[in-house]
Amino acid sequence: MADLKVDDVTVIYPTRGGGEVHALENVNLAVRDGDFVVALGASGCGKTTLLNLLAGFIQPSRGRVLLDGKPVTGPGADRGVVFQKHALLPWLKVLQNVTFGLKLQGVPKSERRQTARRYLKLVGLEGFEGHHVYELSGGMQQRVGLARALTSDPEALLMDEPLGALDALTRETVQELILDVWRETHKMVFFITHSVEEALFMATRLIVMSPRPGRITHEYELDFCRRFFETRDARAVKSSPDFIKMRETVLGIIHGDELSAGGNHG
Amino acid sequence: MADATLSFTGRLAGLFSAGPAKPGDSYGAPGSGRSLGISMATTVLLIFLWWLVTHMGWVRPLFLPSPEAVIGRFFSLWGEEFAGATLLEHTYWSLYRVFGAFALACALAIPVGIAMGVNRVARGVFDPPIEFYRPIPPLGYLPLTIIWLGIDDLQKIVLIFLAMFAPMALNTRAGVRSVAIEQIHAAYSMGASRIQVIFHVVLKGALPEILTGMRIGIGFGWTTLVAAEMVAAEAGLGHMVLSAAEFLVTEVVVMGIVVIGGIAYLFDLFMRYLERTLVPWKGQV
Repeated sequence: MADLKVDDVTVIYPTRGGGEVHALENVNLAVRDGDFVVALGASGCGKTTLLNLLAGFIQPSRGRVLLDGKPVTGPGADRGVVFQKHALLPWLKVLQNVTFGLKLQGVPKSERRQTARRYLKLVGLEGFEGHHVYELSGGMQQRVGLARALTSDPEALLMDEPLGALDALTRETVQELILDVWRETHKMVFFITHSVEEALFMATRLIVMSPRPGRITHEYELDFCRRFFETRDARAVKSSPDFIKMRETVLGIIHGDELSAGGNHG
Repeated sequence: MADATLSFTGRLAGLFSAGPAKPGDSYGAPGSGRSLGISMATTVLLIFLWWLVTHMGWVRPLFLPSPEAVIGRFFSLWGEEFAGATLLEHTYWSLYRVFGAFALACALAIPVGIAMGVNRVARGVFDPPIEFYRPIPPLGYLPLTIIWLGIDDLQKIVLIFLAMFAPMALNTRAGVRSVAIEQIHAAYSMGASRIQVIFHVVLKGALPEILTGMRIGIGFGWTTLVAAEMVAAEAGLGHMVLSAAEFLVTEVVVMGIVVIGGIAYLFDLFMRYLERTLVPWKGQV
């Protein structure tokens, strides 16, 4: 059973003026197989810092990040990342982008192509193997990014606002797609968003974060995504009374954070 | 109707203002639209003016020979020698020096630029010497290359090479800097090693700037060619031009300049073609 653990982590950035910014303070989090953890919060609450820690792009100032009990010292193929802006390689075509990770690991060509084709099919991009990435729409580019992360078969998927740049309609389609992929692969997912509705809809566990210092203030266990799997009706799930009630609760917390931040400045 | 009544100044202003955009164009995009026709018209006009001033006798042939005289020299020097060699031999030697230096510069400047971009030790080592000699005109260190290397072809190639090296290395370094950190992070998250990141991401991502550096480098090469062939050259376009100037054979001076310019222009067109085929994504993402 794989697990990714953040153990009492503090991240402090030095500022130009010689001061310190506490991007994260005493954060604890455990993500297990099958978890879909969504981090939500006002800007500056440290959600991207948290993802960078899990990915190994930065090291904590205090505390530890552990994958299956072993400390994380850098990025690796066991944690796939989907970026806010796709970060695909424009000199490679779609198929080569998706096979890139396996190529780095020395997997034979025919085998890695077969795997890549399977995941391209899973994200609904069959037939686009030979396209250049800059010929695709934003939604398709993000799906290539997802297929690329899946192809390396990581233990965890880390997604940093992967749908932030998409229009509302595409966004809902890709939300459902990510949920289906997650259900099929049963990987642990850490997902960042600033959309409350998206967070509630997708999470099995929602963590709400607050800024200054960045920390986790609330945690909720949710099952709206499971309800979606039963009914396949996202609109019905999102308009159900308890979804709306939950949305108001969470919005209240985030607005409170923003108001107090505004009050500090004023 | 409106077009016909448009005044000359109105039309002129229209050339420089942001007009309504046709489908496929983007309103206000700087310098949009085709310029090929305008370039060809300018070329024809310049040659016509050249022809006009020489035929009207406004300028003496010693200062500016007629286009026919220059073209005549171009063909006559295929067979007869001028300054010790035929035009073909002069061209051969100049191409040998410029492209020899270019090959050397590609082989050394691109790896050095990559190393400067990815490694702080390499950056610390190479930055002071390159930044120091870069602004010095090649004519300034020409005497030193002669003292060190003598007057044979090696000295000429090294002089041209030095002129090319700095812009190529610095452009390559800038290219490395321009690679998106997300692309590098993505590669590491798929298990890439440092070497793999350099070869599969950094080198490819820097390619547009590397090619720009190559274009700038070869341009510096052509500008340095005449200086390189100033001393003890037996053949070469620069040598031919300088000898012709000594004997006031202005047709050959002009012809030599046109040949150098023409070859440089053709090679630049080839580099642009390479850019289109090798980095079709440039400006797209």
